[in-house]
Amino acid sequence: MTEAVQQDGLVLNGLTKILGGRVIIDNLHLVVKKGEMVSLLGPSGCGKTTTLRMIAGFLIPDKGDILLDNKDVTTLGPEKRPSAMVFQNYALWPHMTVFNNVAYPLKVRKMQKPEIEKRVHEALALVNLMHHKDSRPGQISGGEQQRVALARALVQEPDILLLDEPLSNLDAKLRVKVREDIRDLQRRLGITTVIVTHDQDEALSISDRIAVMNNGKIEQFSTPQELYDRPETEYVANFIGSLNHVTGEYAEGQVISGSAVVGIRPEDVHFSKVQVPGSFPATVELVVPRGHFCEVYLKRDDVKLRAFISSDVPTAGTQGFARISKALIYKDGKLVRVA
Amino acid sequence: MVKKEKARVKTSSPLVKALLVLFMLCMAFFILGPLAWLGVHAFVTNWTYPNLTPDGWTWHWWTRVLDDSALEGAIRNSLIISPIVVLCSMVICLPAAYAAGRMTYAGRKTFLIGMFAANSFPKIGLFASIATLYYALNLMGTVVGVIIIQLLGTIIYMTWIPAAAFAAVPRNLEEAARDAGASKFRVFRTITLRMAMPGILVAIVMSFLASFDEAQGTYLVGAPAIFTMPTEMYSLVQNYPIQVAAVFSLLLAFPSVLLIGLARKHIVGGQLAEGFQIK
Ligand SMILES: Nc1ncnc2c1ncn2[C@@H]1O[C@H](COP(=O)(O)OP(=O)(O)OP(=O)(O)O)[C@@H](O)[C@H]1O
Ligand SMILES: [Mg+2]
Repeated sequence: MTEAVQQDGLVLNGLTKILGGRVIIDNLHLVVKKGEMVSLLGPSGCGKTTTLRMIAGFLIPDKGDILLDNKDVTTLGPEKRPSAMVFQNYALWPHMTVFNNVAYPLKVRKMQKPEIEKRVHEALALVNLMHHKDSRPGQISGGEQQRVALARALVQEPDILLLDEPLSNLDAKLRVKVREDIRDLQRRLGITTVIVTHDQDEALSISDRIAVMNNGKIEQFSTPQELYDRPETEYVANFIGSLNHVTGEYAEGQVISGSAVVGIRPEDVHFSKVQVPGSFPATVELVVPRGHFCEVYLKRDDVKLRAFISSDVPTAGTQGFARISKALIYKDGKLVRVA
Repeated sequence: MVKKEKARVKTSSPLVKALLVLFMLCMAFFILGPLAWLGVHAFVTNWTYPNLTPDGWTWHWWTRVLDDSALEGAIRNSLIISPIVVLCSMVICLPAAYAAGRMTYAGRKTFLIGMFAANSFPKIGLFASIATLYYALNLMGTVVGVIIIQLLGTIIYMTWIPAAAFAAVPRNLEEAARDAGASKFRVFRTITLRMAMPGILVAIVMSFLASFDEAQGTYLVGAPAIFTMPTEMYSLVQNYPIQVAAVFSLLLAFPSVLLIGLARKHIVGGQLAEGFQIK
C-alpha cells in the first residue's frame, strides 16, 4: 500500500480560536489519515478539549478550516457532522435506560423500530453490556457507563470518533483494560479516531500517531516510537518519558562543557564495575526500586545522572563506570543532533 | 437512599430525643387536630358543648353544599379559574425561567432576587393600587380581573423553581444530544425540559395551590360578582351552620391533597440525582 492511496479522514487547517480575549488555539495544523487513531497529548490547559470541541462542532473556529473526509464542515452545527463524541464525564441521560440512551441517535435519524432494536443490540453486544440494557445510568458502574457512552457513539457509525479523556474517571486497572478494548474496537471497525489525553502512557500504548500539544500549538506529530526516539523539541522530550538534562556539548560518550542542552534517557545510561571504551568513572549515590527495574542515581564530579537498570543492580556507594549509549542534543529547545 | 438518610436524624441524648418527639406530637396536633375536627363536623347532625359525643351522623351537609347554587358556583369558579391561572403562569413564566436558568450564575441570582423582592411587599397595598387601575380598565368584577390578580401570586413559584431546575441540567447532556444529531428544539424537548420536569411539576402544584387559596385579591376584585371557594368562605362562616363550613373546608383541601399525592411520585423519584456525574 502506498501513501497516495490513503485518504485523509480529518484535516485541521490553520485553526485559530480566541476565548476570553486569549488565543487558545494558535494556527493549528493536523492531518489524520482515514482509519487512524491519533492522540492529542498535552498538559492541562493547552487546548486539547477546545480543539476537540471545534472538530465536533460545539465551537466554531475564528480562523481556519475543518475537513472531514474531504468535506468542509467548519461552520456546520454538531448535529449535522458525521462525528460522534464520548464526553469525559460520559454525559449519559439519566432519565433514559441504557437501551434508550444508545437508541436516541437512531430515533433522531427516524429509523424504523426493528432496525433500531437490531442496531442497539449489536452496539451493546460490542461493548458487552446486553445484560444492562434496561438499567438506568445511575445504577451501573463507572466503567459500564463509559462503555454505554462508547456504544452510543459507535451506534451512529460516525466517520470520526472523538474521545475527550474517556478514561480519566476510571481506576488504574480498569483504565488499562478499557483503553485496550477501545483500541481493539477502533481497529476492528477501522474508524478514524481522535482521543484527548494528558496521560503519556495511554497515548503511547494505543495511538498510531501522537500530536503533542503545547500552548495551543502542535509541537510534534509522529508515531509513538519516533516521538520517544527523536523528540524534536526539549518540551516534547520532557513530556514523553523521563530525561536527564545536562548543560554542555556531547562528544564521544562524554558531556563536555558547552552551551547546548544534552538530554539523556535514563535507560540509555549504563553502569558497570569494569571500564569499557567511552565510559567514565561514577559513583552510585542512591538506588530506588521501581518494581521490574531500579532507578539508580549516579554521580560524576558535578554531574548527576539517573539510570534505569534492570539486571546486576549495584548497591549505593559502589564505585564504577558509567556509559551513555544515546544522547539528544538541543539548541534553543530544538533538536540538532542525535548521538 | 435519600429517605434512609433523612430517617437517620442524629439524636445525641435521650433528652433531645424526648424533646424531638414532643415537638413532633405538638406539630401533629396543630396540623392534624383542626383537620380531624373538620372531618368529624362535616358528618354530625349536631355536636355542642357539653356533649361528649355527637347527637348523630348524617350526609345532610354535603348534599346541602352541593345543592346550594351559590356554593356550587364558587366551587365551579375555583375549578375553572385556578387551572387557567396556572396555564397562563406557565406560558408567561416558563420561558423567563428558562432564560434565567441559562444565564450566568450572577445574572440568575440578580433575576431571582428581583422576583423575590417584587413579591415581598404587602400584597394588600398592591391590590389597592391595582383596583384603581381595574376601575379604569373595567376589569372590576370580571373573570379576567380575578385571573390576573391570582396570576401575580404564582409568578414567584413559576420562575424560581423552574429556573433552578433548568440551571441544574448539565450543559454537556444537551451537547451530547446535539452531537447525536438532535435539533436544538428536540434537545430542549427530550433532554432539557424532561430533566427539569420534576421542578416544573413542583412549581405547577405550588402555583395551583397559591391560586386556589388566594382570597384577599380575589375578594377585592371579584366580589360581589365572582366568588371562588376561599372568598365564599367569608359569607359562609356568617350565614351557614358550622357543619357546612366544615364540608366546604374539606372540599377546599381536597385538590391540594390530590395534587401533592400525584406529584410526589415524580418529585421524589430522584432521577435528577442519579446517573450522571457533574463536572
Ligand atoms: N469559554 C472559555 N472562555 C475563556 N477561556 C476558556 C474558555 N474555554 C476554555 N478556555 C481556556 O482555554 C484554555 C484551554 O482549555 P482546554 O479546555 O482546551 O484545555 P485542555 O487542554 O482540555 O485541558 P485539560 O487537560 O485540563 O482538560 C484554558 O486555559 C481555559 O482556561
Ligand atoms: Mg480538557
